[in-house]
Amino acid sequence: MKERIRQNAVPVLFLCMCILGLLISGQNLRYVTQELISRLARNWFLVLSLIIPVTAGLGLNFAIVLGAMAGQVGLIVATHYKLPGLAGLITAVVLSIPIAVVLGISAGHVLNKARGREMITSMMLGFAANGIYQLVFLFMVGTVFPVKNPQIMLDNGVGLRGTIELKYCKYALDDLIRMKLFGIHIPLAPIIVVILLCLGIRWLYQTKLGQELRAVGQDMGVASVAGINVDRTRITAMVMSTVLAAIGQVIFLQNMGTMNTFNSHEQIGTVAIASLLVGGATVSRATVGQALIGTLLFQLLFIISPAAGQRLMGNAQIGEYFRVFIGYGIIGTALLIHSWERATSQRSASRQTRGKTLEGTGNN
Amino acid sequence: MDNKWVLQIQNVSKEYGGNSVLKGVNLSVKPGEIHALVGENGAGKSTLMNILFGMPVIHETGGFEGEIWLNGKKAGIESPKNAMEAGIGMVHQEFMLLPGFSVAENVKLNREPTKSNWFSKISGKKLETLDLHKMGADTRRALDRIEMTIDEWLPLVGMPVGHRQFVEIAREIDKADLSVLVLDEPTAVLTETEASNLLSVLKKLAESGIGVLFISHRLEEVYEIADTVTVLRDGEMIATMPKTETKLETIAEMMVGRKIKRLGTAESGRATDDGDILEITDLCVDMPGEYVNGANITVRRGEILGIGGLAGHGKLGIANGIMGLYPSSGTLICDGEEIPLNNAQSSLEAGLVFLSEDRRGVGLLLDESIEDNIALASMISKKNFLKRVGPLPISVLDRKSIREHADKMISLLEIKCTGPQQSVRRLSGGNQQKVCVAKAITMDPQVLLVSEPTRGIDVGAKERVLSMIKKLNREKGITVVMISSELQELRSMCDRIAIMYKGTICGVLDPDAPDAEFGFCMAGKGGIPSD
Repeated sequence: MKERIRQNAVPVLFLCMCILGLLISGQNLRYVTQELISRLARNWFLVLSLIIPVTAGLGLNFAIVLGAMAGQVGLIVATHYKLPGLAGLITAVVLSIPIAVVLGISAGHVLNKARGREMITSMMLGFAANGIYQLVFLFMVGTVFPVKNPQIMLDNGVGLRGTIELKYCKYALDDLIRMKLFGIHIPLAPIIVVILLCLGIRWLYQTKLGQELRAVGQDMGVASVAGINVDRTRITAMVMSTVLAAIGQVIFLQNMGTMNTFNSHEQIGTVAIASLLVGGATVSRATVGQALIGTLLFQLLFIISPAAGQRLMGNAQIGEYFRVFIGYGIIGTALLIHSWERATSQRSASRQTRGKTLEGTGNN
Repeated sequence: MDNKWVLQIQNVSKEYGGNSVLKGVNLSVKPGEIHALVGENGAGKSTLMNILFGMPVIHETGGFEGEIWLNGKKAGIESPKNAMEAGIGMVHQEFMLLPGFSVAENVKLNREPTKSNWFSKISGKKLETLDLHKMGADTRRALDRIEMTIDEWLPLVGMPVGHRQFVEIAREIDKADLSVLVLDEPTAVLTETEASNLLSVLKKLAESGIGVLFISHRLEEVYEIADTVTVLRDGEMIATMPKTETKLETIAEMMVGRKIKRLGTAESGRATDDGDILEITDLCVDMPGEYVNGANITVRRGEILGIGGLAGHGKLGIANGIMGLYPSSGTLICDGEEIPLNNAQSSLEAGLVFLSEDRRGVGLLLDESIEDNIALASMISKKNFLKRVGPLPISVLDRKSIREHADKMISLLEIKCTGPQQSVRRLSGGNQQKVCVAKAITMDPQVLLVSEPTRGIDVGAKERVLSMIKKLNREKGITVVMISSELQELRSMCDRIAIMYKGTICGVLDPDAPDAEFGFCMAGKGGIPSD
């Protein structure tokens, strides 16, 4: 029991913080539940997109930002052509997938060159891609691409607006199946999509490909000696993650209803990674369950911390600061623990070598 | 080409950056034959293995010359996958196993039996579901063949090293078209019982028609099981001969290329009575597998004290405990001053220097250069090799003196390397040990604790390392505590030999004491009580 708590120290700690926050904030439980459910429905998919690279040994994939960009490109096009509802959503997804595949392959190639420094490299990739994204949508739209659409473009006819209202496909997925339980609106369709994804990931790890991903994640040397194409497997993992992130971002934004053209994708990277870590995942180990629980706890903290800050300090902004601190703090801590663990595991590995001849005879 | 050979290596040569490491090697293995490949470290055995198995390191450095034939067919081996398909099975010196996987998952790695499903029909074989039942059954069969009773679904993590070795072999023999099994130093990490089990399994495998290529340092072992012996020295093939036509001594001689002189016993009765330098009382060390349970012993100034005993009885624990590497209790008095335990820094400051049995883990920074490895410890604890920059209170590395010192050590200890800047990882085991010795000398120790100095290194290097230690003792007056599993080695080096049994000192014997007395001590039937 003690061991189990120790192993799940992070989620347990966050659970305690959430309960404490709930008590302090004194918020209406129904409001919290409603808010939580809609946040979960829009965030879960994104967080789940992080799992495959972790098992493949690529660490926390900060490059899901690339996938999110692809998803946004799809949404921008769909909004430009005023495609309504589900049709718009599906168009966005279909358009974003090839972009995400290309981005995933490139990211995979880069990360194969940067072994051992995947995480910082993927983070930088996100920033670099952001530059290109800005170039395209701030400058090239309206000049290189002859597009005219005052609804989504700046008044001078060049570049997109900072905020685009996704009025045609807002709630397209959420409202697909309407359901109310105890007066709480439940977006059933996105939740079903998430369940399908969970089952899909589970299933993936029962296949040959899944086995290869796990093998590469544990030891690239051993995997390659066994004849597994390590580079290709890692690229596959990146492509899957990027595509899932693209779809995830579309689901996320159809619930938000507005898109911060140049910011939305930047935010999801850290939020999704922090969520996964809050669930108890590490840089080298992440499960579907950790993703689901982590998102729940992290989003719950999001909901209650402003009110708790207001109650406690008389300033809602305090809660906001706290939230930001927690978000980045947990990522920093995870990276720290990771490098620390890697150092100790190297030491214990060498200890094993040392212990090699010592088995057998009596040690009392 | 006729089919009477399963493996033929013809005229294989290999260069690493201008250094030729293999020169026209020929070697053939018959079906059902156990062929031993012996040679000193650095003789090119590992390179030959890497070539056979198509390891990337070969092809990244320009490939090799010569041809490899398998079952009468020329094999173009460019990747481990090619080698596998050609029928070569390899048991590596460093285990190629995934600790997070179960035995079955490891045995079947990348050869998993699969079942097609709805998705795989569209997108190809990669998405086929694993056939866990068949994986288990196949693994069971392979394990049974080598008489292993472990459960096939047990995770590898936490499994004893001996078992892991067998899992590796199970993986290779599970391959349907295996025709040659290559084993690189398979017994180096095993206990004696495990090693003899392994040898009998190998014999059985050979009887079933598989060719076995066996690489080992342990000549006795080679002599016991091999049908044919090939000797490699400095990348050249010295001889291939049937075992029946050769003698152990001849093989050893061929390996080193010079006459081996018996180290003989130490001059007994040497005056070492300059009083005690180290007093160990009630030492307990919590080193897993090598617990020490209240050991008492004193070390006289200027002597070489040997500590022997069977594996698991705590001889390694003593040195590791003294050096503060494992939690320990008791008192340790060095030169009249008590040294706090569990503090590596204070042990170092007292002039105790440790040559660890775990060279690669504790002794060396594998990715650093030879010169830095030699200088680093002394730099930290003794502030050597540092120079002041003008009046500033900052010291910087004195590169020049580090280089000079390293060059001196390299020639003194005959370290085989491309230069002081070569990274230690690329050196062979014997040369790594020499770097450790150089590092210890640089620390200018009062007492040198040497743990298993000759483990995993070859005959020639062994002799050089031992004579170096002896020289340090005689010429510089450094007191040496030498811990070794090899009794002969201790007897040839030490002034007194303490034998450990169940974590305590069971007796302190004279190196000339009869074998029987050592035997009694190791079995816990105490000889002379410890002083």
